[in-house]
Amino acid sequence: MDVGVRSKGARIRSAAFGYANVIPFLCFALFPFYYMVITSLKNDAELYDLKAVPFLIQTGVITDHYRYLLAKTEFLTWMKNSLIISVIATSVSLVISILAGYSLARLRFRGVNSFGTAVFITYLVPPTLLFLPLSQVVVWLGISDTIWALVVTYPTFLVPFSTWLLMGYFRTIPKEVEECALVDGASRMQTLIRVVLPMAVPGIVCAALFGFTLTWNEFTYALTFISQSANKTAVVGVTADLIRGDIYYWGSLMAGAVLASVPIVAVYVFFLDYYVSGLTAGAVKG
Amino acid sequence: MAVGSRVLEAAGLARPGRLARLREWWEQEHVFGYGLILPALLLIVCLVAYPFGMSVYFSLSDYWVGSPGRFVGLGNFRNIIGNEIFQRTVYNSFVFTSIAVAFKTVLGIWLAMLLFRNFRFKRLIRGAVLLPWVIPTALSTLAWWWMFDSLYSVVNWTAIHLGIMSPPGPNWLGMTNYAMTAVIAVNVWRGLPFFAIIVLAGLVSIPREYYEAAQVDGAGSWGRFRHVTLPLLRPVLAVVILFSTIFTFADFNIVRVLTRGGPVNTTHLFATLAYQVGLDGGNLGQGAAISLFLFPMLAAIVFVQLRYIRRE
Repeated sequence: MDVGVRSKGARIRSAAFGYANVIPFLCFALFPFYYMVITSLKNDAELYDLKAVPFLIQTGVITDHYRYLLAKTEFLTWMKNSLIISVIATSVSLVISILAGYSLARLRFRGVNSFGTAVFITYLVPPTLLFLPLSQVVVWLGISDTIWALVVTYPTFLVPFSTWLLMGYFRTIPKEVEECALVDGASRMQTLIRVVLPMAVPGIVCAALFGFTLTWNEFTYALTFISQSANKTAVVGVTADLIRGDIYYWGSLMAGAVLASVPIVAVYVFFLDYYVSGLTAGAVKG
Repeated sequence: MAVGSRVLEAAGLARPGRLARLREWWEQEHVFGYGLILPALLLIVCLVAYPFGMSVYFSLSDYWVGSPGRFVGLGNFRNIIGNEIFQRTVYNSFVFTSIAVAFKTVLGIWLAMLLFRNFRFKRLIRGAVLLPWVIPTALSTLAWWWMFDSLYSVVNWTAIHLGIMSPPGPNWLGMTNYAMTAVIAVNVWRGLPFFAIIVLAGLVSIPREYYEAAQVDGAGSWGRFRHVTLPLLRPVLAVVILFSTIFTFADFNIVRVLTRGGPVNTTHLFATLAYQVGLDGGNLGQGAAISLFLFPMLAAIVFVQLRYIRRE
């Protein structure tokens, strides 16, 4: 906390202190990614050479691991599955959450607070509490071992989260705007779609981004409900299917980890500020 | 009323009347409110509440994959509690959660205070710090697995070359305490950004005047932290710590990928043990009973949240 006027020397010392402390955190945060990329571009001889310096690529950058991944494995199918699942589950959840979030944030009816509490409790339920019974539910629904098992179950954690997030955004919209529209003869649904939604766009973008990230990254359900390789998601495919026997193909494994992270990183870099605001709103407004 | 509507019908006005009445019904605030919440409510009832009930039912029966079981009362719980692996899992879960959350809290506050300063590339630094939270955990854990490899560990290589460790260094994932350390380290690595970003939001909301007043009163930087920052961060910290406790306690991804609960079950958590027993082993009844042990922790935290924190 810099308070008051200070000498130039003190300012430089303070800045040096800041950088000196932030750099270790940055290294800690980024090193695994750096190492992932380095490993995926190294040839096996260097990778498994105990005398080589692990931080560098000394014998030339190669793309063999990536080519192997794309040509010899089902990686592209996994990516396609992940994309389909994320897009459908996120869209469906978003519609359900917009309706519920608006209702809970804005309308007054008996039980509205209990519903809000129910959503909040569901938000806190970790997926690991329910994966066993849900694995039987998807069997009964006849969608076990298909991507639909995930499309159907992902809204269980997306809807509570997005509803909670959107409730916060809806509350920030002035109530007078809605009242004006209603007085002018618009129906409630028209008011929601034409007046409220356009004003809640940042919140909706935020919920969509988090939905996409959470579904793309999901591991427990995707590992549990799907065993057929062709129906796996990118995260589970890379984690479970690229490892054969006791020999780990670290080069292609890391190439898979890099490529399967690319969509998320791309979205993240583009919408960084939304992530920060959504993270803060989702947790702190709780 | 009946006569009235019959008259209207005779006059040929029944249809628009009914539609108008339906519209009027739908426009009522409470009807519209219930209507909008219905899809979410159905989802929660069918895919959260009902499965939870099933989970309780499973835990009271000897249900195996593919064969609906008989009711066995508390038999599963009795077996589990007497089981050494389960006892070890309870111990692991508390060790894992308390150490990981403690590290995340302390380092998270420290990192948030650093990020609060004025930096060049401030946005870039914040973006980089948040990255571990965004990347799929299972995939980044693969990278950690490789970093902790028994033969080619880059952690050991670095430590040996810095002279901190004597070669060949520990086999991180193959030795009891080292494996737990590794699992905790990865959890801290992945959860730290969440703490830092939220505490940072808390720091931003503290009025600068408080610091100025404290300085006038002669408080040093530690005094300002102790008497201004910490008390004002308390509500934010409480929320983050509770959140993180639930999700650390219920963690699955890191342990499943990094150690699968090994060596000799010394890193198993409730979720990974439930998976191993319920799905790898096929004993759904016992698996469900194990995962239900997550529930008291969840219930306690929900209670604290609702009772003390949402009020503020």
